[in-house]
Amino acid sequence: MALEASGKYTNSALRIGDVDPYAERKAGEFIGTVVSNASVNDEYKHVVLKVHPHALRAYAGQMFHLLCPSPDGAEVWMRRPMSVYRVDKANGQIEFLYKTEGRGTLGMAKLGVGDDFNIAGPLGHGFTLEPSWKNIVVLGRGVGLATLAPLSQLAAEQKVGVTAILSARHAGVVMSRDLFAGLGARVLTVLDTDNTSAVENVEKIVEGLIAEGKADAFFTCGSNRLLKLMQRLGKKHNIPGQVAMEQIMVCGIGACYVCMRTFEVDGEKVLRRVCRDGPVFNIQEAVGW
Amino acid sequence: MVDLSVKIGDITLQNPIQPASGAFSWEYNDVIDLNRLGALVAKTICREPRLGNPTPRMAETEAGIIQSIGLPGKGIEYFVDHIVPEYARFKPPLVVSVNSDNIEDFAALAEELSVPDVDVIEANISCPTRNQTGGNFAMHEDYTRDCITAIRAKTKKPLWVKLSPNAGDIVSIARAAEAAGADALAIANTFLSLKIRTDNFRPALGNKFGGLVSPALKPIVLRMVYQVAKQVKIPIIGIGGVTKAEDVVEYMLAGASAVGIGYAGFRNPTALVQIIDDLEAWCDERGIKKVTELIGAVKDADMETDTLAAASIGV
Ligand SMILES: Cc1cc2nc3c(=O)[nH]c(=O)nc-3n(C[C@H](O)[C@H](O)[C@H](O)COP(=O)(O)OP(=O)(O)OC[C@H]3O[C@@H](n4cnc5c(N)ncnc54)[C@H](O)[C@@H]3O)c2cc1C
Ligand SMILES: Cc1cc2nc3c(=O)[nH]c(=O)nc-3n(C[C@H](O)[C@H](O)[C@H](O)COP(=O)(O)O)c2cc1C
Ligand code: FES
Repeated sequence: MALEASGKYTNSALRIGDVDPYAERKAGEFIGTVVSNASVNDEYKHVVLKVHPHALRAYAGQMFHLLCPSPDGAEVWMRRPMSVYRVDKANGQIEFLYKTEGRGTLGMAKLGVGDDFNIAGPLGHGFTLEPSWKNIVVLGRGVGLATLAPLSQLAAEQKVGVTAILSARHAGVVMSRDLFAGLGARVLTVLDTDNTSAVENVEKIVEGLIAEGKADAFFTCGSNRLLKLMQRLGKKHNIPGQVAMEQIMVCGIGACYVCMRTFEVDGEKVLRRVCRDGPVFNIQEAVGW
Repeated sequence: MVDLSVKIGDITLQNPIQPASGAFSWEYNDVIDLNRLGALVAKTICREPRLGNPTPRMAETEAGIIQSIGLPGKGIEYFVDHIVPEYARFKPPLVVSVNSDNIEDFAALAEELSVPDVDVIEANISCPTRNQTGGNFAMHEDYTRDCITAIRAKTKKPLWVKLSPNAGDIVSIARAAEAAGADALAIANTFLSLKIRTDNFRPALGNKFGGLVSPALKPIVLRMVYQVAKQVKIPIIGIGGVTKAEDVVEYMLAGASAVGIGYAGFRNPTALVQIIDDLEAWCDERGIKKVTELIGAVKDADMETDTLAAASIGV
């Protein structure tokens, strides 16, 4: 059932070239055109969309809410939240890196070059870099790297040094190395296959970076173990940090209270909306999962 | 120019499109112009701060989503001091939805919410997951009458009552609400449902039961609106499965004066404004000058109804 397809009464999502009636608004609904949608490895794909310039306002850590096509003919009812992987202002393009999990992302995987793809956003609060930070440590695993990758862009723009520690099951699924390296980050890869990804080893690496003065702030996403480690090291050395969180969403705008997660602030448990209060939060306030 | 305005009792809406409670907040102003809407409808508020239900709060099914949020909120004091002013910045009338499981408290809440910036009180007596048995005032004629009578005595604001599609005989409950002093009826809330995961044998929602939300429910709710409209004099707001302008037309033909929209605004954040534009175009193309011409204009007077079949559903 195509809900929009009722004769001429379709939705008003902006296509490239459309006059923007909501130019002053933070977010919008856009119909992008697929430029490419290729596999990165066995599990991940990378989709590039040409979009209306309004959508290019997205910055690191923000997300879009994607109206995924159906993989099988039955309806995909809700949008799927996805971090922006890269904003390419020069080419008017926005990119997502995604793992095919269930029906939504399987439908996404079937998008072909030239297809329409409806995205809403940019949504939420992304990462912020304090002017006093000269060097940051980015520690990510799996699809968390999709969320962290645009930090390299932000850091490069603000002349902040980046050490990226990329954790993966095996060498075949290490992602974003080139993206980080291309923007001048120092990239370290840790793997399950040779046990370098073990928490003790990562801790040793990070302690080394702290000793070198290369860790003014921590950034992480995608792994509970790494979150716990960063919280512990952050407390020990008084280093601030930010973490991007996930939760199932409905509106993505802050209205429905579906996307709640528990946080701990001054010893008290509070619930926050991942879509609007986050998805990026103070690392010390996050509660692992 | 088409006149899209409709009256719900003493309140005039510039058009019949309003969001549904719980599916909307002023934060939608990030994406659309809230001043275009017929009314603004706030999330149901309870007296005390509530965290709401355990997550996950939403799961997809074959024919829509089920959700159980549990009416989270910061309590009535915060609501009046901080949330009402957020809505008061915009022009459309503000409808405030309220819920309690105790009649005296419900009435007292309605009184406390009757502040100048609030234009309408909507008594949500139908949240399907407010307790685990799915029970609520709108499940029973007597409870509905007692609850609405008590609220009516405590507020002079226009009082809308949101009914449950889970009640056996919604017509009797609608009549009870009208007799107790309701100014309008919102029909309907969500359908009590369950999803069980086959990978781990557990209910998919943290609260076990949830309310089904789906365009597939529109024909069922439309039937309820049609039946109730024949039996009450007060206006009806049709809520359930509106995703396009023709759905608004359908609800109005069945007897509704306005519609509430939830799901469509999740799917397309710009949907509400789009539906207003499309409704205007739809009327214009057909030479309909006033949208109110559509209310109850279904052409069925010449249709023979089988009395045996009709009797059981009370048409
Ligand atoms: C802020 C944010 C950023 C994200 N960024 C990325 C990204 O860049 N790349 C990427 O591959 N994935 C990302 N995810 C996860 C992505 O949203 C889920 O993988 C996706 O929703 C799964 O949908 P599905 O239909 O394929 O899977 P299914 O498992 O079939 O989904 C079923 C339901 O669960 C929901 N769901 C399942 N997993 C998640 C999850 N982790 N988060 C939120 N909802 C979920 C779906 O929305 C859907 O309603 C992000 C999630 C959030 C909240
Ligand atoms: C996430 C969510 C939260 C809701 N919260 C409320 C609520 O607080 N109060 C209420 O009266 N109805 C609530 N509802 C029900 C809606 O107001 C509406 O009746 C229902 O979604 C049917 O309309 P739709 O088909 O247009 O979505 C909620 C629905 C959803 C999906
Ligand atoms: S998804 Fe609706 S509040 Fe976050």
